[in-house]
Amino acid sequence: MATKTKEPEAASERIPPMQRLLDNPFLLLFLGVTMPTVLYLMWGLMEITQIPIAE
Amino acid sequence: MSIAESHSGIIGGIAARFRTCPATGLQIDLAAERLIKANAVAAVVFLLVGGVFGLLVALTRWPAVHLLPADMFYLVLTAHGLDVLLLWILFFEMAVLYFASAVLLNCRLAAPRFAWLAFILMLVGGVLTNIAVLQGDSSVMFTSYVPMQASPNFYLGLILFAVGALIGCLVFLGTLVIAKEEKTYEGSIPLVTFGALTACIIAIFTIASGAIILIPTWLWSLGYISHIDTLMYKLIWWGMGHSSQQINVAAHVAVWYAIAAITVGAKPLSEKVSRTAFLMYILFLQLASAHHLLVEPGISAEWKVFNTSYAMYLAVLGSLIHGMTVPGAIEAAQRRNGFVNGAFEWLRKAPWGNPAFAGMFLSLVLFGFLGGISGVVLGTEQINILMHNTLYVPGHFHATVVAGTTLAFMALTYLVLPLIFQRKVILPGLAKWQPYLFAIGVSGISLFMMGAGTLGVSRRHWDITFSDAALSFDYPSAAFLMLGLNGLSAILAAVGGGLYIVITVGSLLFGEKVTADNVVEALGPMPTRKVSEAVKEYGNAGTFHLPGTYILVAVFFTAFVLYYFVNWKYVSDLWPMG
Ligand code: HEM
Ligand SMILES: [Cu+2]
Repeated sequence: MATKTKEPEAASERIPPMQRLLDNPFLLLFLGVTMPTVLYLMWGLMEITQIPIAE
Repeated sequence: MSIAESHSGIIGGIAARFRTCPATGLQIDLAAERLIKANAVAAVVFLLVGGVFGLLVALTRWPAVHLLPADMFYLVLTAHGLDVLLLWILFFEMAVLYFASAVLLNCRLAAPRFAWLAFILMLVGGVLTNIAVLQGDSSVMFTSYVPMQASPNFYLGLILFAVGALIGCLVFLGTLVIAKEEKTYEGSIPLVTFGALTACIIAIFTIASGAIILIPTWLWSLGYISHIDTLMYKLIWWGMGHSSQQINVAAHVAVWYAIAAITVGAKPLSEKVSRTAFLMYILFLQLASAHHLLVEPGISAEWKVFNTSYAMYLAVLGSLIHGMTVPGAIEAAQRRNGFVNGAFEWLRKAPWGNPAFAGMFLSLVLFGFLGGISGVVLGTEQINILMHNTLYVPGHFHATVVAGTTLAFMALTYLVLPLIFQRKVILPGLAKWQPYLFAIGVSGISLFMMGAGTLGVSRRHWDITFSDAALSFDYPSAAFLMLGLNGLSAILAAVGGGLYIVITVGSLLFGEKVTADNVVEALGPMPTRKVSEAVKEYGNAGTFHLPGTYILVAVFFTAFVLYYFVNWKYVSDLWPMG
């Protein structure tokens, strides 16, 4: 069912930024991995490594 | 599926065999179809095994029955969590990923050989871990917290399984790339595929966290590493343990949209809003992993509050949006189908006799009311302390992952059987009742475990009478009643689950072949008597006249707010001030 795409290159410029984000799986993948890695894992690990070791 | 009905097409220079689906007109890549079948069958087998273990656990926690001895209880509990939460769900999710990419995008599957490698790794890993557990020296339960140590094969199996799942995710992404390059769809990918993409993205973070923690733990069990920090383990493990549940949420929400589209022709109220809700999942759901560490000393309140309160509520907002747009989309479609009277004719005249629809709607309601509300309560730092590590926790997640995800997947099966396996569902009279039976049973286990937890009963505890303990303790007698009712509900859920297995396996073996002539009838009662285009296309319902949905949403919020504040009231009793 390969449809001919009529849209010329110029049309792509009118796509709103939000839709462009939602249409870009790899950008979403980047965001979806970076957010929890930084805010949950790295921040959490930083705090844990700063706990002083019991004597 | 005989080869004669199929034909070859050259796509991207690679030949692939297709058949044309008589119901939807979609071209179905036979390689994708075989993979969907294999993964779905593996899933159902593990549901059977894990479900039996679940029943044994529930019967042991029923004080009057107290079925298993203590060591067996912990062994079986470990096997239960492993087989249902990991194996059943993830195998089924692989099938969903292949379906949402290759089938819905009308495209060939990228690298089917790798997808088979993924399947084999997952199967070998799953079996290996099961063997390790059944041998008895790995009763570390689902969380496998260090310093408890399982046998090396327990971890190795999990690692192999995770690598397999990761390959499956890459095949999904590869298929998206192929479909885009070959322009097998117009504009944006369908919403169901977008939901699957959300699940896939969360899965990649999940699997990475799993690898970061399980590989060192495996080496530790082999003696190559001397020490694993317990708190570090918990932090990273929950990056996997919690996020994996969010794969399920994203996947079952996608399944809700798919079933609503196929059975009543529902289109999303607003593609934009639904996609943004999935984006909230991608950005924030995984941060809520922190709610599992709310009582850990050593991590700051800032970290806890940021990750649970701020981020979690944004993710919850995503769920609230789906919780409103799915019934809204159904209402809009049903009104288009002619059920326009009053606020609720659309709901009354919905195809309740179609197990796919009924299962989907029950999953939606139970997930929202039981799972969602209890989840927010547990995820709030201050009131978490009321229920932390009690049976309330399994009560909550049986509402999310059993009443929500499992029931949604069961419902989807009733469409997958005719569409992919090309078999009619056997015993339609019983199939009609299956979702109701299972839903009632699961609601019971969920509510009664929550009830027992509210009375303070611990989770993962073999003997609540403390019969041979040095210090005695008495739970209120209501707690014993709750556990008894939980046992009865477990039997009901097991009957409902067993029925699902019998129907599914029976349909595979003995179901009537589905052809172009009977395919629509094979999908069960549907108001439109044809499969709408909604599932494979981008497009809005184009109406917001949804009085019934607004009433349902108002009821939900009232329940939510009341229950939430009741728990704050309980906290103030726990810690009297002034
Ligand atoms: C017949 C259906 C089922 C019954 C009767 C059942 C019952 C139970 C019971 C009584 C517990 C133990 C609570 C405790 O002592 O801490 C439990 C734990 C658990 N269940 Fe189920 N369950 C069922 C299905 C499922 C399904 C389908 C899933 C996942 C999709 C699931 C996931 C889990 C998990 C992850 C645990 C926790 C294991 C652990 O603490 O390590 N259950 N279940
Ligand atoms: Cu969680």
